[in-house]
Amino acid sequence: MSARPIATTRSAAGMPTGRLAVWWLIASEIVIFGGLLASYIMFRLAHDMWSEQAAHTSTAIGAFNTFVLLTSSYFAVLGHKAAEEGDGPKAARYLWYTFAGGATFLAVKSYEWTTEILHGYTIASNTFWSFYYTAAGLHALHVLAGIIIIAIIAVAARRNEELHRVELIGIYWHFVDVVWIFLFPLLYIAK
Amino acid sequence: MAQTIPADVPVHDEAHHEESFWSHYVFSTDHKMIAMQYMFTGIFMGLIGGFFAYAFRMQLAFPGVEVPLFGVVSPNEYNALITNHGAIMIFWVAMPVLIAALGNYLIPLMIGADDMVFPRLNRLSYQIFLVSAIVLLASFFVPGGGFAGAWTFYPPLSSTAEYSLTPLGSSLFVVAIALEFAAFLMGGINFIVTAMNSRAPGMKLYDIPMVVWMIVVASVLFMLSVGPLIAGAVMLLFDQNLGTAFFNPERGGDPILWQHLFWFFGHPEVYVVLLPALGVVAEIITVFARKKLFAYRTVLYTVFGTGVLSFTVWAHHQFVAGIDPRMAHVFTVTTLLISVPLAEAMFVYIATLYGGSISLTTPMLWALGFIATFLIGGVTGIFLGASGEDIYLHDTYFVLAHFHYTFFPIAIIGFYAAITFWFPKMFGRMMDERLGKIHFWGTIIPFNFIFIPLFVLGLAGQHRRIYDFTNYPDLAAYQPIRVFATISLLVMFSFQLVFFYNFFKSMFRGPKAPKNPWQANTLEWTTESPPPHGNWKELPTVHRGPYEYSVEGRESDYWPQNEPA
Repeated sequence: MSARPIATTRSAAGMPTGRLAVWWLIASEIVIFGGLLASYIMFRLAHDMWSEQAAHTSTAIGAFNTFVLLTSSYFAVLGHKAAEEGDGPKAARYLWYTFAGGATFLAVKSYEWTTEILHGYTIASNTFWSFYYTAAGLHALHVLAGIIIIAIIAVAARRNEELHRVELIGIYWHFVDVVWIFLFPLLYIAK
Repeated sequence: MAQTIPADVPVHDEAHHEESFWSHYVFSTDHKMIAMQYMFTGIFMGLIGGFFAYAFRMQLAFPGVEVPLFGVVSPNEYNALITNHGAIMIFWVAMPVLIAALGNYLIPLMIGADDMVFPRLNRLSYQIFLVSAIVLLASFFVPGGGFAGAWTFYPPLSSTAEYSLTPLGSSLFVVAIALEFAAFLMGGINFIVTAMNSRAPGMKLYDIPMVVWMIVVASVLFMLSVGPLIAGAVMLLFDQNLGTAFFNPERGGDPILWQHLFWFFGHPEVYVVLLPALGVVAEIITVFARKKLFAYRTVLYTVFGTGVLSFTVWAHHQFVAGIDPRMAHVFTVTTLLISVPLAEAMFVYIATLYGGSISLTTPMLWALGFIATFLIGGVTGIFLGASGEDIYLHDTYFVLAHFHYTFFPIAIIGFYAAITFWFPKMFGRMMDERLGKIHFWGTIIPFNFIFIPLFVLGLAGQHRRIYDFTNYPDLAAYQPIRVFATISLLVMFSFQLVFFYNFFKSMFRGPKAPKNPWQANTLEWTTESPPPHGNWKELPTVHRGPYEYSVEGRESDYWPQNEPA
């Protein structure tokens, strides 16, 4: 597409097209995670014995990952601020910090899952672990997709291109963060 | 004043001419071409779904017969045929044709934009949809054949290969559905954002043509209802392939959970496909009654009300699944409530027709046919919504006939109404009216002859998903009714040849269509037929609502939206 359609430049609703689309994307994601977590909660209420299983998750590792993810969101905010000021290279630097946060999150998660699987807690062990791996896995996929997009946007932002995208990925990244804020107590703390 | 294209924006034509076949027809980002891709893929899948119906109806009417073009239908093939007939007609015909094709074609043209806001996302959406269709078609050829556990894919039939006998088919089926959902989520975001942001200058919220509103509301409903089922599809795939037990009660799961996840989507889905068809009918009846749409805002609020209510009725599909009777009461009440706004919409349409100068063109016949048949579908739904009565009727042919009285008007009549109405715009030529009317009567009469007998069979207690009813002494006597329904089906299918002849003949040899053959108000009729790349040379500006027909004191009985006062 060499020429952008004029449709892409209009903003009759008073909000930039990209931001509007990200909000709708998040709306659709909320119901995906919402359906999964609602199922989990209903099951959990009916199965007291799950708390024995949940006792084997590592709250410490989960808490560390929560800290890492929240910090990375803070950098996404700083990146957005830099992008607003038109400072592409600075925004890119903060985005790389966010990227590092996401990557750390995934690395820690891999370590955590490996340990658990080696101790025999696999996705097929019982329904608690099925939910644990499915929900956290779906979230981890979002983190993975997020850091790939962050890398792409950071490369462009360094050249001062497409700076409005820094905000868009920021909104998405906060959403991924918020999902984790729900997952952490549900899967780790509730015992 | 019309909006002029700023000098610094390159005009499309420069980038446009000398496109190769591939970039024009296959990898196009033009919304009109993507709409055509969706439409022709949908029609192709519709032929397959129709062929499946033919094969299993032949088996039901003449058990064990060698079906021409298919052969003897084995019991498991029968199950695969009914399963995939349902899935194809809903997910690969109704959805792509009504939402994706009409949405893609009409939204930019009707709101005065030159394309969707995300043209490349739009292309990706179609490509994923195409992959989903290919995955589904491929599932028919794997060992064990296509999935045979009914289109609602309830566990344990869907999760346990020993029950459905289609170990690979069931997984491919779930994958195909999930891909299809991903495609329509992308498309939906595109539709919603385009309609919100890219309207022509001057087009206020209440100046948007009803069909655009309907497609947008349908997209929102789809988006907000499909999530739990996407999560459910992932869980089901894990149950099938990774040994989890989300839906297996022996190991701590619950099959009813699937029914909740499925119908939380499944019921709003009815309105997802219904609303675009309702919108199409609104456009057509206003044009051919030469009257303003009665109570535009009421229709809109009605649609919003329906949308909200549609999230609260899903358990009426589960009255016999062992849910708490007190819950069943709640869902009975919501289900009966949701018929109120839709009945209102029907009355509004009839009020629009009242006193109009009606011309019975082919599209108008289809629109009126929609109202008449959908009414029967809606009224029979009330019987099923009442939990007490549903216990008797559940899973009988009454449900099946009710369902087809809603979906056939939506998917088939809605499509024919839309295609006969917008054909001149899409292909720049007029369709043959005489053939169109033959096709209309040849479809609508046999349709009723197929499904009214099935209501009777359902009331007699005929259960769905039975391979051969002659084995049931109390149902065997009804065999002549089954034969009658099947013969009506064959008659209806043969009349579809008239449509295809008319469609392709008119596409290449029909008389050239002017810009505005129906003298309609909405913006798509102000550009060439077919519209060029970029849709208008100068994008239009809007001055009034879409339904200003027969305004007093004006010479012509229509008043295009873009005409300055």
